[in-house]
Amino acid sequence: MPTITVTVNGTTHTSEVEARTLLAHYLREHLNLTGTHIGCDTSQCGACVVHLNGDSVKACTVLAMQADGATITTIEGLTRHDELHPLQEGFWEQHGLQCGFCTPGMIMAAADLLRRNPRPTDEAIRRGLEGNLCRCTGYENIVRAVRYAAEKLHAATGPESEV
Amino acid sequence: MIPCPFEYYAPATLTEVIALLECFGDEARILAGGHSLLPAMKLRLAAPAVLIDITRIAELRGIAIEGMVRIGATTTWSEIERHAGLRRAVPVLPEAVEQIGDLQVRNRGTLGGSLAHADPAADAPAVILALDARIEARGPTGGRSIPADAFFTDMLTTALAHSEVLTAIVIPPLGAGEGAAYVKYRHPASGYAIVGVAAYVKLTGGQVSACRVAVTGAGSMAVRRSKVEQAMLGSDGGAQAIAAAAARAGEGMDILGDLHASEEYRRAMVAVYTRRALTAAVERARQAI
Repeated sequence: MPTITVTVNGTTHTSEVEARTLLAHYLREHLNLTGTHIGCDTSQCGACVVHLNGDSVKACTVLAMQADGATITTIEGLTRHDELHPLQEGFWEQHGLQCGFCTPGMIMAAADLLRRNPRPTDEAIRRGLEGNLCRCTGYENIVRAVRYAAEKLHAATGPESEV
Repeated sequence: MIPCPFEYYAPATLTEVIALLECFGDEARILAGGHSLLPAMKLRLAAPAVLIDITRIAELRGIAIEGMVRIGATTTWSEIERHAGLRRAVPVLPEAVEQIGDLQVRNRGTLGGSLAHADPAADAPAVILALDARIEARGPTGGRSIPADAFFTDMLTTALAHSEVLTAIVIPPLGAGEGAAYVKYRHPASGYAIVGVAAYVKLTGGQVSACRVAVTGAGSMAVRRSKVEQAMLGSDGGAQAIAAAAARAGEGMDILGDLHASEEYRRAMVAVYTRRALTAAVERARQAI
């Protein structure tokens, strides 16, 4: 079986995988990182979004082989120093989840969105989360949660770091 | 859903890709961003025995603007969308790209992959046709440049030979008096075009001296609408001329009906979206003088 080396949430793993292994399955079944959810399995719902070399991707539509040599961040890697990431806090504070199934992907997609656009309008948030489906909330509180995180990150880092 | 087993190769050079294609014949498929091929493989609609990942070949990726705009085959939608030089040289391309799928799809999907896949409802084929781009390919006997017009030959079928690889897309930048636009009736769930129309117009002395219109989403492949183009030539590009030309857009066109839109409805929308695309293109051409 082919071998891949990937760095996931700061830890480097070398694994033998079948070529057809999807990144989502690799993360969940080989590395036991079950925070990456598999919802639709057809590239639509976004529950499996992770960061691959910094870009948000749907891990159900990437082969583990394609990630060979890559740096990956999953929802488990978003927390730093045991403190919730401002997005995680935002989803908590603004009631951005009900069942919570979509939340890991939603947060990872929102993190990519905020990295590219630290002060998004509500419209930009909605557009940035087009690839993530939520069947519970109606999205309104998710938009509020992302706005909350944007404001918190902005307050923490100041406007000069956005340039 | 898991694809059928396959062998995976990620060669570092184009020469190796071509050798692998020659070795495995039609059992092999090229993998770029994988956002058309992998979903099809997961649904077992495609089951290639060999995948050749071309995304590790540095020369196939990137955007260069030196006279012509040259986009490497494995350049992602996101890279196209965010490229400042492209926004100036051919703004219609990044604008169309913004309308593709979602952020995660655009982070992986590639221009070359989309063109080689030739999905009948993809956005890029219409834009590439309207911009009169050329598609560069490399095969066992060397390279060749295929005009966009001759590239799409049928549903999911292109002029590429089996052992050829699409390497780059070459687009003439828009200059003075030239404008282009892409408008799309977007399927609200899939994001694919129910109807998408790209239009290019050149104005010389207030008259339309060149025009290209291409439609995607409506039939088995993206196609130019020559009757519309002919009707625009020599006109002032005003609302009346555009309405008269756009009314011919669906004429003689093979249009498919499906669950989402009937043939009749799509034919009507082809005319409507052609009018909108031409109106926007003329407006831009006027501003570009």
